[in-house]
Amino acid sequence: MTLSVIWVVCMAGSILYSCAAGTTAEISAAVLEGVQSAVDFALGAGVIMCLWCGIFEVMARCGLTGALTRLLRPVLRRLFPHTARHGEVFDALSANVAANLLGLGNAATPMGIRAASGMAALPDRDIRRELSLLVVLNTASIQLLPTTIASVRAACGAAVPFDILPAVWITSVCSVAAGVLAVKVLER
Amino acid sequence: MIRTLLTLAMPLIMGGVGLYALGRGVDVFSALTDGMRDGLKTLLRIFPSLLALLPAIAMVRASGLLDAVTGLLSPVLAVLGIPEQLAPLLLLRPLSGSGALAAATDLIGQYGADSLLGRTAAVMLGSTETTFYVLAVYFGAAGIQKGRRILPAALLADLVGFVMAAQTVRCFWG
Repeated sequence: MTLSVIWVVCMAGSILYSCAAGTTAEISAAVLEGVQSAVDFALGAGVIMCLWCGIFEVMARCGLTGALTRLLRPVLRRLFPHTARHGEVFDALSANVAANLLGLGNAATPMGIRAASGMAALPDRDIRRELSLLVVLNTASIQLLPTTIASVRAACGAAVPFDILPAVWITSVCSVAAGVLAVKVLER
Repeated sequence: MIRTLLTLAMPLIMGGVGLYALGRGVDVFSALTDGMRDGLKTLLRIFPSLLALLPAIAMVRASGLLDAVTGLLSPVLAVLGIPEQLAPLLLLRPLSGSGALAAATDLIGQYGADSLLGRTAAVMLGSTETTFYVLAVYFGAAGIQKGRRILPAALLADLVGFVMAAQTVRCFWG
């Protein structure tokens, strides 16, 4: 629904504006230009993304994803001390955070939903607070390897597609910290 | 040293993961191709959205409407230290994943992947999420009722992400 509104507003807005501004020829050319960039995306960035999906599948099958989940547990036990007492819910939560770190959206969402509905079902009030924290962790990005945007950069001729990594990590840490702090303050 | 590592990020990860997986007795090649098949499915799922959105964004830009809107927003963005050309990405980021991807692709294509604007767009996309979509999923599927406190916290995290993306890129490459 959101996209319908965005799309129609973009279309109607630019047609009306171009009539007033006298740029009707430009918007006709822009349609073809947009189609071309969609094709360029599919054949460039899209194919590189597919390659990454292959690599992540190998990581999952050889147990690297599971190893990351185990590695995260001590940290998560500190962030979610009450949830940590409930084994199965905590397993789902750890798997969700691990998948988010690897940027595996398809794997992260079902695990996150399982963890969140498990947490919502527990009567503990402290767990409600930790549930807000889990949701904020999921709305802020904690991806270690931003493969999608690196694929776009590679396809657009970046010299070193991953040279933005330090900037992405610093930005992610600040944004997650702001979200976590805001939840702690607001939930008081 | 770090630069070399980053340059070789993809081949190093591929080689490292491949060796480790082979050592663990995993059928590396079929895992790789299965994963790629899933990737193609994802690409097929997002491609129609991009094919609809990229011409729409190009039209907004070509008509001159984009300049008019960014002109209105530029005083606010100037205070935050964010280049005004990034306005479409900022507006779309929390609402739509494919919309934001289309906006970032448009910006990177227009200004160049290694330009300040292109890099800032990339860092913004790489360090934030589709906040409203994620909230909708968790509020809906997990049955969270009291979400009023989560939304401001999530939006604050996005805002900090946008500001920091502009700052870090300026700091590293400005």
